[in-house]
Amino acid sequence: MEHEQPSLRSARVTGPIDDSVTRPRFSVSTRSTWRRWRDRFFFVLFFASVAIGILGLAALVIDVMTDGLGALDFSFINSYPSRHAEESGIRAALFGTIWITVGTAAFAIPIGVGTAIFLEEFAPDHWSVRLVQLNIANLAGVPSIIYGILGLALFVQAFALGRSVLAGSLTMTLLVLPIVVIVSQEAIKAVPGEYRDAAFALGANRWQVVKTVVLPQAIPGIMSGIILALSRAVGEAAPMLMISSLVFLTFIPSSPGDRFTVLPVQIFNWVSLPQPGFQAVASAGIIVLLAVLLSLNSIAIWIRNRYQTRY
Amino acid sequence: MAFLNQEKRELTSFVASVESRRHARRWVRAEQRVVMVVLLLATLVSVMATVGIIYTLLKESYGFFQVVSVWEFITGTRWAPLFEPQAFGVLPLIAGTLLAAGIAGIVALTLGLGAAIYLSEYAPDRVRRIIKPILEVLAGIPTVVYGFFALSFVTPLLQSFLPIPVIFNVLSAGIVMGLMIMPMVSTLSEDAMVAVPRELRDAAYALGATRFEVATKVVVPAALPGIVAAFILALSRAIGETLIVTIAAGATPNLTLNPLESIQTMTAYIVQVSLGETPQGTLVFKTIFAVGLLLFLMTLIMNIVGRWVVRRYTERY
Repeated sequence: MEHEQPSLRSARVTGPIDDSVTRPRFSVSTRSTWRRWRDRFFFVLFFASVAIGILGLAALVIDVMTDGLGALDFSFINSYPSRHAEESGIRAALFGTIWITVGTAAFAIPIGVGTAIFLEEFAPDHWSVRLVQLNIANLAGVPSIIYGILGLALFVQAFALGRSVLAGSLTMTLLVLPIVVIVSQEAIKAVPGEYRDAAFALGANRWQVVKTVVLPQAIPGIMSGIILALSRAVGEAAPMLMISSLVFLTFIPSSPGDRFTVLPVQIFNWVSLPQPGFQAVASAGIIVLLAVLLSLNSIAIWIRNRYQTRY
Repeated sequence: MAFLNQEKRELTSFVASVESRRHARRWVRAEQRVVMVVLLLATLVSVMATVGIIYTLLKESYGFFQVVSVWEFITGTRWAPLFEPQAFGVLPLIAGTLLAAGIAGIVALTLGLGAAIYLSEYAPDRVRRIIKPILEVLAGIPTVVYGFFALSFVTPLLQSFLPIPVIFNVLSAGIVMGLMIMPMVSTLSEDAMVAVPRELRDAAYALGATRFEVATKVVVPAALPGIVAAFILALSRAIGETLIVTIAAGATPNLTLNPLESIQTMTAYIVQVSLGETPQGTLVFKTIFAVGLLLFLMTLIMNIVGRWVVRRYTERY
């Protein structure tokens, strides 16, 4: 196959010559000045969009801190909500959040990781499997309030669990399940095929390969995915508003059948109260919520950096 | 005799070891079978979740549409299920939802695309590695916090130079929602831009193009499907967002395009009813399922279109 390469030389001879860069004419030099000026201008504009994003984040943090730091002390952490702003605290919400997070983890981890293992290691390449995969991608995009409707109709009413910790955890499980599945699948996919082949060559069957080779390699990725999913559960308010329904809880749930409230719901309640003092209480609650999320995310990042293997 | 005994013993132990190995293999196979069944059941949970969502929404909506006609629902211009005389026209809720999401979309597209171009075309690697995680923090902040931010910071700021009659307005909620979905637009767009091969950029630079020209005439057009998809997915996120609009945009169903007014979105309405004293099983309670069904369909279609755009139009280099 002979292909005639258009050489620079022939192009120079035959093509129309654009010498706008080299030709020292006044009009041309204004044009290139204009182009350079435009380049700078848009550089500033593009950088400004990043800056606005970061400034927005800074404004948010400062806004919350200035309103809330004054109200944040041990009695705030250790008090129940009250009619009076200065006596209000997040004890019930904090313990409710712990209950819901642990409950969600208990359901979402085995179901989510199990789904990921099945889809990556066992499922045949079949249209029904592709449909399940598509379905999980779609579930990840369903608005969280829809999960609230589902939880209310299914767990609270049909299963007669009431507005309980169990109903809340199950609802939250369905909400974070797609995240756990997708992240776990990524982690399992990242384990090189050679590892599996080596184990198969030793006579291991598929489950032995998964159990002894794939999972140990994929665990760090799965773990950081689970933590990210749980931090989503900690911050999610919409479905919990529907399931827990605002109540001034003055007790800590002691069993999965008890009523509960969580941090975001408690914060929403305070934000929507008209009395001025509650704005400070809401901000103090937000500081606690952000601190919890920050530590969860730091753990996830630490796990990722500490155990990440590059193949 | 001793010799024979020895041989017999060896034979027995051989048989026993074969037996036990066969036993072990059978056990290993049984374990795998049990595990597969358990994993299959786990996988079916996500299928059941979808079935549950669709069944619940359809069943309760069916009850609603037996009383209120579908036509009245989707063309009515007055939404007042909680007051007498009741009205069930969902258009004000749709208008409020789209107005809020539209403002968020404009904010997120401007900021997100600008940030993506900066990160992929201008920023040195070191700067990029610092800025990207900071922007992604924005996506991890709970929506209730954004709602508080909109109400306590952005609304007073807007009120200082805009004639906003009441504290609740869709502009503030939309702007803050835009800030929330901005990292989604910037991350997904940047991924699409980074995937554009170096050679295309180098070719344009070789022709004397400036960085701005390379970005807008080569990289953005080549990455357009990814950018469009990012925008659609972010908009769908904004349509389904609940807390910011519930806190900052108000609870007045309002068929308006004026961003300074108070409105109610579909999500905010669902929250309002579920927090109220409405008894379950009543017509008013069923409205949240009809509104939920509409919301579910809108976001589902946008998500499917978003992913389809990526798959259909992405250039393979």
